[in-house]
Amino acid sequence: MMTLTRTFRRVIGRGDTTATSTPARPASRSRVLETAPIDIAPNDPILAYFHAGSGAVAIDELHLDSPAVTALRAAGVKLVVPLISQGELIGLLNLGRRLSDQDYSADDRRLLEKLAAQASPAVRVAQLVREQEAEVRARERINQELRVAQLIQQQFLPKTLPDLPGWQVAAFYRAAAEVGGDFYDFIDLPDGKLGLVIGDVSGHGVPAALVMATTRSVLRTEAPRLVAPGRVLERVNEFLDADIPQNMFVTCLYAVLDPRTGALRYANAGHDLPFVRRGAAVEELRATGMPLGAMPGMRYDERETTLGPGDVILLHSDGLAEAHDTTRAMFGFPRMRGLMGRLGIGVDLIDGLMDDLARFTGPAWEQEDDITLVTLARSAGVSGEHVLLEFREPSVPGSERKVMERVAAVVANVGLDAKRYERLKTAVSEAAMNAIEHGNHSDPELPVHVRVSVTGDELMVRIVDNGGGKEIPEAETPDLEAKLAGLQKPRGWGLFLIKNMVDDLRTHTTETHHTVELVMRLGEKGADR
Amino acid sequence: MTTEMNAVRYVDGTAVVDLPPQIDSTAEHALNSAYAAAAEHGSKTVLLNFAGVDFLSSTGIALIVGILARARKDGRTITAAALSDHYREIFEITRLSDFMTIYGDESAALKGGKK
Repeated sequence: MMTLTRTFRRVIGRGDTTATSTPARPASRSRVLETAPIDIAPNDPILAYFHAGSGAVAIDELHLDSPAVTALRAAGVKLVVPLISQGELIGLLNLGRRLSDQDYSADDRRLLEKLAAQASPAVRVAQLVREQEAEVRARERINQELRVAQLIQQQFLPKTLPDLPGWQVAAFYRAAAEVGGDFYDFIDLPDGKLGLVIGDVSGHGVPAALVMATTRSVLRTEAPRLVAPGRVLERVNEFLDADIPQNMFVTCLYAVLDPRTGALRYANAGHDLPFVRRGAAVEELRATGMPLGAMPGMRYDERETTLGPGDVILLHSDGLAEAHDTTRAMFGFPRMRGLMGRLGIGVDLIDGLMDDLARFTGPAWEQEDDITLVTLARSAGVSGEHVLLEFREPSVPGSERKVMERVAAVVANVGLDAKRYERLKTAVSEAAMNAIEHGNHSDPELPVHVRVSVTGDELMVRIVDNGGGKEIPEAETPDLEAKLAGLQKPRGWGLFLIKNMVDDLRTHTTETHHTVELVMRLGEKGADR
Repeated sequence: MTTEMNAVRYVDGTAVVDLPPQIDSTAEHALNSAYAAAAEHGSKTVLLNFAGVDFLSSTGIALIVGILARARKDGRTITAAALSDHYREIFEITRLSDFMTIYGDESAALKGGKK
């Protein structure tokens, strides 16, 4: 109905138009119909009258209880010719008194009706163009806003993960189309401690992104000074409460980790409770407190726990737990908790959760809210694994070489001699190639995961793809004679090469993943084979 | 993607193929067309010059096996020169070195080829 009202504001006057363009003659004496726009309510009975297709309507002859008729009369309108296009009323041609003061004749009416019939399609086209333009402008404005929100968001999320010896850290953030206000942060604190932040600003778009940016900078300023997590949240709350737009608030969990002892002190401003896995048991870390910016003078409970060797913590935002499937069932915390008990650590844990979410929601799912996951795992025991590098590459041509180069850069100084270094490079690029082509079927959406770690004197490069189901075959020695005689295809060298390049090749297959582990023992010499 | 390379050089009847830096699926066209050119030229020996190669994958090995198979059928000899220590080791592990002579560099290959 918006367009109708807008249309009817346009009153077309009839009269001596030279009057307005000739300054010598005062406009007040002209017979031009000069009226304020007339609004016609969608339920005005006159609309039915116009729709009936009765042609030109003499306003003075109408006996209708209609505010529009009253308004038209007051404006001096004598005759109204409805403009109809495709059976739709799109406007009115309003005429005032004739210059001669005589009534409109039957000829006049016929002429005006003919004019209206011819003008209507043109007016309709003009309206459509105008609506279209307005729509494009509105869309552009929304897109522009989303881009700004995304930019702010990306700007204030950490670019790198903290390097904590003895700990494995991984983080994941995926914005919803509308861009929620999720954030996470790692803050370096005095005495080698580390501040962990996860939060969610109510609302979406630019306002949420701005509040997120503010919250983050206040946290970054106050955290090193105050250290105690409860005090830090109190301070941030005071600051936000003064400045935050009404009806907006921020849920936030703030924890301080001492990486040497595993001691974790935390306080919670209404955020979802983190999960901690100890052995096979999964528990929630409870602490109470109101969201930040909701009201002044809040106090925040401070709790402490210890993350022992092998323990894993997962901080998360509600975007995952509150995702819905096609039947509107919610993913939920129990499901997350169950997965947390079964899945691995670091990127494996995050991927496992996201894979399960994809299975839960189905392929047509449109992400409802930002999803943020941050996880830390403490290495098990003193002979624990030290992770040198962990990353993903998309399954596209050339990624195998990128994987090789990134691994080569990080293992350049671990003590492999030149010969064994080259062998490992070949094995890595071949294993990455297999993961891309055979595991992920060159689907660019599916990543290849790579993890490089040292445990004692063993260097391991682990490459995981999303294949699974079918076991990776045993490496066999290709029959070169048969290939040269054209009895076999020339291909099929990858696994054989890998096996001959490394000290140990281990493969595992699950329903969803292939894992290939390439092992080199450090300190061995590259003897001729 | 195909990697273009210089035309095949002919030295005393040997076709010298300067291989592109990356011998993997991207080199398929270059390698096959170089062999075809050498065959058309009537060269009895084709020398694969690895001097500029910095990456050889199992797909690249398959390409070389394919060329070697064609050459054996056509009664042509394939030789190789200027392999890095690492890729020479791979030629040994794959036993490609049992079916093609490997020389230290191009000039050694050309001298050896004349014998």
